[in-house]
Amino acid sequence: MNPAPTNSTVAAGLRNEVLVSDVTVSYNNGTVAVYDATFRLQAGSICALVGVNGSGKSTLFKTIMGFLKPAQGSVTIGGETIASAQRLNWVAYVPQSEEVDWSFPVSVWDVVMMGRYGYMSFLRIPGAADRRLVEASLRRVEMWDFRERQIGELSGGQKKRVFLARALAQQGRVILLDEPFTGVDVKTEAAIVELLRELRAAGNIMLVSTHNLGSVPEFCDQTVIINRTVLAAGPTVEVFTEQNLARAFGGVLRHFRFDESTIQKHDGRTVTVLTDDERPLVFGKDGHVEYSQRNGREEVVKQRAEQEDDE
Amino acid sequence: MNWLSPFQYDFMLAALGVGAVVGIVCAVLSCFLVLKGWSLMGDAISHAVLPGIVLAHVAGVPLPIGAFCSGLFCAVSTGFIKSHSRVKEDTVMGVVFTGLFALGLVLFTKVESDQHLNHILFGSLLGIPRAQIIQTGVIGAGTLLVTLALRRDLLLFCFDPAHARSIGLNTARLNYLLLSLVALSIVAALQAVGIILVVAMLVTPGCFAYLLTDRFGRMLWLAAGSAVGSCLGGVYVSFFINGSTGACIVLLQSTCFLLALMFAPKRGLLASRWRRQAALVEGVPTGKRG
Ligand SMILES: Nc1ncnc2c1ncn2[C@@H]1O[C@H](COP(=O)(O)OP(=O)(O)OP(=O)(O)O)[C@@H](O)[C@H]1O
Ligand SMILES: [Mg+2]
Repeated sequence: MNPAPTNSTVAAGLRNEVLVSDVTVSYNNGTVAVYDATFRLQAGSICALVGVNGSGKSTLFKTIMGFLKPAQGSVTIGGETIASAQRLNWVAYVPQSEEVDWSFPVSVWDVVMMGRYGYMSFLRIPGAADRRLVEASLRRVEMWDFRERQIGELSGGQKKRVFLARALAQQGRVILLDEPFTGVDVKTEAAIVELLRELRAAGNIMLVSTHNLGSVPEFCDQTVIINRTVLAAGPTVEVFTEQNLARAFGGVLRHFRFDESTIQKHDGRTVTVLTDDERPLVFGKDGHVEYSQRNGREEVVKQRAEQEDDE
Repeated sequence: MNWLSPFQYDFMLAALGVGAVVGIVCAVLSCFLVLKGWSLMGDAISHAVLPGIVLAHVAGVPLPIGAFCSGLFCAVSTGFIKSHSRVKEDTVMGVVFTGLFALGLVLFTKVESDQHLNHILFGSLLGIPRAQIIQTGVIGAGTLLVTLALRRDLLLFCFDPAHARSIGLNTARLNYLLLSLVALSIVAALQAVGIILVVAMLVTPGCFAYLLTDRFGRMLWLAAGSAVGSCLGGVYVSFFINGSTGACIVLLQSTCFLLALMFAPKRGLLASRWRRQAALVEGVPTGKRG
């Protein structure tokens, strides 16, 4: 992939943080969707936002984007209020596919250029720098060849990548992704995850709402579990436990218990879990998360082997 | 009969000129209305201008100002009632604009006026006083200028208001701006086609263009082109058949739309039928090929 078009360096990203403190949000009809929510995200992190349907994920997103005013508490980004963070183009948003009118007469290029509008004068006439950034963003998500297409004439994964490219072109410090993996195949999911990791390395903050629990420990270093209020927030390794998830989801998760299943000890590592849709979430013996890849997690494997020896 | 005879009359030249201006303004706005899904809003605002016209006449205020204010009042009060009750927007709109229209009709019968209700309802392009021509020209040109200058913001507002907000655009302001522009274009078009038919000017050209292209820039040109053609054609035809000018204009626009619906190269009914048949013959599933 091409070098990052974002110029936020790690140094600049250090001041970057999202602070949600004591936020309570209610709708016009009186529903209190979220109450007393508090968490903090630091520069260079990918944070998963998980919870059942109606737990307030989208509400929290809308609050961080300033569409809903909290009845109580506040949200700040890099020490700024939401309104000034928006004027500084710090907040980028990748919408859920269902929110977009795909028959709209705009091309892929037009959509990505919309990411640059915040930097232009009120007439929104793109300059050479804007065009360069749009091109770089499109190439980075490998959608350059599709730039002339009307946005409806793309596959689900390609559509996702167009809006990711728009967030890249916007050079936001904080990128909010609502359900980025619905309707996306394994290959595109991997590409998106790879891109998010690069952005994390550049000091950006990504907040991802997802129902795909299996993928959370794979690429999110932070997790916020909500059910109308924050049940747990912090590093994924600490927060993403069977107990916490059981608390958040109650009985709604599909379980595959190895001790209740026919899997025996002699099966060892030859156990294979196949799934056509979402990545399965597998908890090990002591309730810790099993990862699909050992690469890059050598210390985890070693630590667990030592624990086993101790017993 | 002489085909050039309409052009010998000043009132015909004026009608053609005003028709073209009104056609362009409404066509450009129609592109936004069609994409935003605000067609009914166009209808509502246009009916709601009637009480404003009558009240302005009573108060001695220029009629366009009265019309603009009561049109905008309809849009704003619809938004308010919708967000403070459980009734859906289209229903609220139906209640509000018919109520305002009825109020206008009652007021009209109670007020001494040199205006003909028929002219307000159906427009009168033939024999427009000079002051009125200037008025229409100024309102039309101003509306067109603002709309075209801010077309990218307005398009973004229609397409993805969430993104518009996230880059710091004031979407509430854009919402009212677009409503005001619609109200202004209606005020400009009243002279030509009247209250009842003005919604056609605000919907049909955009709809026609939407069938023909996937690019917003081209959509603007196609809509404006078809609208100007229909306006000029409508004025010209009405000279010979001695029929209602506004109705002739709208009829031509509807014809354009029907033709596009049938024969549009990509989205037309015939084109999709041919594609299906060709696909069947070749034994390839329909959809994207090559
Ligand atoms: N516009 C609204 N007006 C009133 N109540 C709302 C509105 N939107 C959401 N709610 C309520 O607020 C609560 C939280 O909804 P929210 O959309 O934030 O859930 P979510 O976590 O995003 O769910 P999902 O996983 O289904 O996307 C729900 O109880 C919902 O009924
Ligand atoms: Mg949601």
